[in-house]
Amino acid sequence: MTNTLLDVRDLRVEFRTRDGVAKAVNGVSYSVDAGETLAVLGESGSGKSVTAQAVMGILDSPPGRVTGGEVLFRGRDLLTMGAEDRRRIRGAKLAMIFQDALSALNPVMTVGAQLGEMYEVHEGMTRKDARARAVGLMDRVRIPAAAQRAGDYPHQFSGGMRQRIMIAMALALEPDLIIADEPTTALDVTVQAQVMDLLAELRNEYDMGLILITHDLGVVADVADRIAVMYAGRIVETAPVRELYAAPAHPYTKGLLESIPRLDRKGRELYAIKGMPPSLTAVPPGCPFNPRCPLARDVCRTDRPPLYDVAPGRGSACHFWKETLGEG
Amino acid sequence: MGRYVIRRLLQMIPVFIGSTFLIFLMVYALGDPIAALFGDKAPDPATAARIRQELYLDKPLWLQYAHYMGQILTGDFGVAFNGQEVTELMADAFPVTVRLTLVAILFEIVIGVTLGLLSGLRRGRSLDTGVLLLTLIVVSVPTFVSGYVLQYLIGVKWAAVSPSVSPEAPFGELLLPGVVLALTSLAYVTRLTRTSIAENSRADYLRTAVAKGLPRHRVITRHLLRNSLIPVVTFIGTDIGALMGGAIVTERIFNIHGVGFQLYQGILRQNSPTVVGFVTILVIVFLMANLLVDLLYAVLDPRIRYA
Repeated sequence: MTNTLLDVRDLRVEFRTRDGVAKAVNGVSYSVDAGETLAVLGESGSGKSVTAQAVMGILDSPPGRVTGGEVLFRGRDLLTMGAEDRRRIRGAKLAMIFQDALSALNPVMTVGAQLGEMYEVHEGMTRKDARARAVGLMDRVRIPAAAQRAGDYPHQFSGGMRQRIMIAMALALEPDLIIADEPTTALDVTVQAQVMDLLAELRNEYDMGLILITHDLGVVADVADRIAVMYAGRIVETAPVRELYAAPAHPYTKGLLESIPRLDRKGRELYAIKGMPPSLTAVPPGCPFNPRCPLARDVCRTDRPPLYDVAPGRGSACHFWKETLGEG
Repeated sequence: MGRYVIRRLLQMIPVFIGSTFLIFLMVYALGDPIAALFGDKAPDPATAARIRQELYLDKPLWLQYAHYMGQILTGDFGVAFNGQEVTELMADAFPVTVRLTLVAILFEIVIGVTLGLLSGLRRGRSLDTGVLLLTLIVVSVPTFVSGYVLQYLIGVKWAAVSPSVSPEAPFGELLLPGVVLALTSLAYVTRLTRTSIAENSRADYLRTAVAKGLPRHRVITRHLLRNSLIPVVTFIGTDIGALMGGAIVTERIFNIHGVGFQLYQGILRQNSPTVVGFVTILVIVFLMANLLVDLLYAVLDPRIRYA
């Protein structure tokens, strides 16, 4: 436990919308150690990005609001910390990589200036020194001809290079933990692999913690140590990555794994989880997955399952996790 | 960039010829300039015919136009009816209008952008609603109302500034007219800035700026304002062109002898050399202002490059 970087406990986030209060995050808990990679897996709207934004303190508020829980970073609660203290941690100790680097980078600032800004603000460097460091960073993430390209604007880079700049920006002050929110979703498959490899390499080199938010099971398998599967604002299953792939303990995870196209099942119809994720303003009572679950029984429609201990380091929020495991 | 500028300059030629010819035509249609020259008295036919010949008025219209343009290219704008060179009138009027424009633009930038920024950051709250309401009122009230009211209140009743402007038109006396002239554009600048700020403050790159741990003032100045002011700067640029055309109403109210005043007098007295001369210069000013705005746009937004 001494190595725990980030410990999120029972985090709750609500959004006030026209249709009522949307409970985007409903008591999410997870922790990340130094050098560890946690993959947070889920569909759009499962609350995986909102959780990350609440941890970073960049939630759009209003309408978003943290209504409960703790976010302990090296033992200090970020949520009760003063705004100025929190700002100093943001970017320096706790950094984030966004999905779409084209819109996440400032279109009217050169990438050198955007990278150098990190050193100017957090370390009080002069603009010239900061620029030199920025070029070094671009080199580090293997952008060719970094010195010349530092004066270019984001739109002049290819998608993969832009994502490298995002990574460089997160890496600038050698943070303890990086949260990568779908870092490869906007990229070509070949470029995806390069970017993921780079991320994994940098994590090892700096012994950082990494939270990898994704909906892509393929991306997760190689890089992650543990997986937390989210559904309707809750964690429904958490497990070491190999165990989860070998034998999922929640019907939702099982459904996700079965919906991956596989060569040995070529010609057969691809499995799809039936139905749609619930609206966050009207989550069904009991287990939120029950309307779509092949195993659903009466108890699932009335009692919300807690996160059962399946094995050491494994949890499943399913009343029938034993059955699910047995079948898998 | 160089090619683009040359292309734009070439495109200006037909616009320039078209617009000046239209003005020429309209002034011609105003009536007989010889009759206007003599006022109420009927001119002696022999004298009238002589002047007509001297001023090229016996030639067809297109020839008159060509002759006039030829003279303008050598810097000769002709003589007004009172015997003054039109260029002399311009030398008196344009510096005054330039000063008035400067004052007005300064108000637009300082007050308009500040109000727009504040209401954009606090959209939906009372300050925002108040500013929106205020701009609506300002846009709805015509200049001849706001001008006279402010002149009466500030200039006459409280006597804080001089209610009319002396012929030298120093900056101090142009403050109040500048505000009156700026009011409508000021409201537009405020609204434009507000919308732009509100839109950009939801942008992804702004969230990145916050996630980088930048202090709030740096997030706002370096990232939010820099991006939000692009449309505002272009609006103000075009507005400079428009304001340079002289503010006929404002200049009348405050007795400012600028471009608007001269144009008004020229039209009233059918003083065709003054009207055509001034308008020709204004067409050029407007075309140049527009070109500058387009070039400025490329400087402000690196994504736009002209080839």
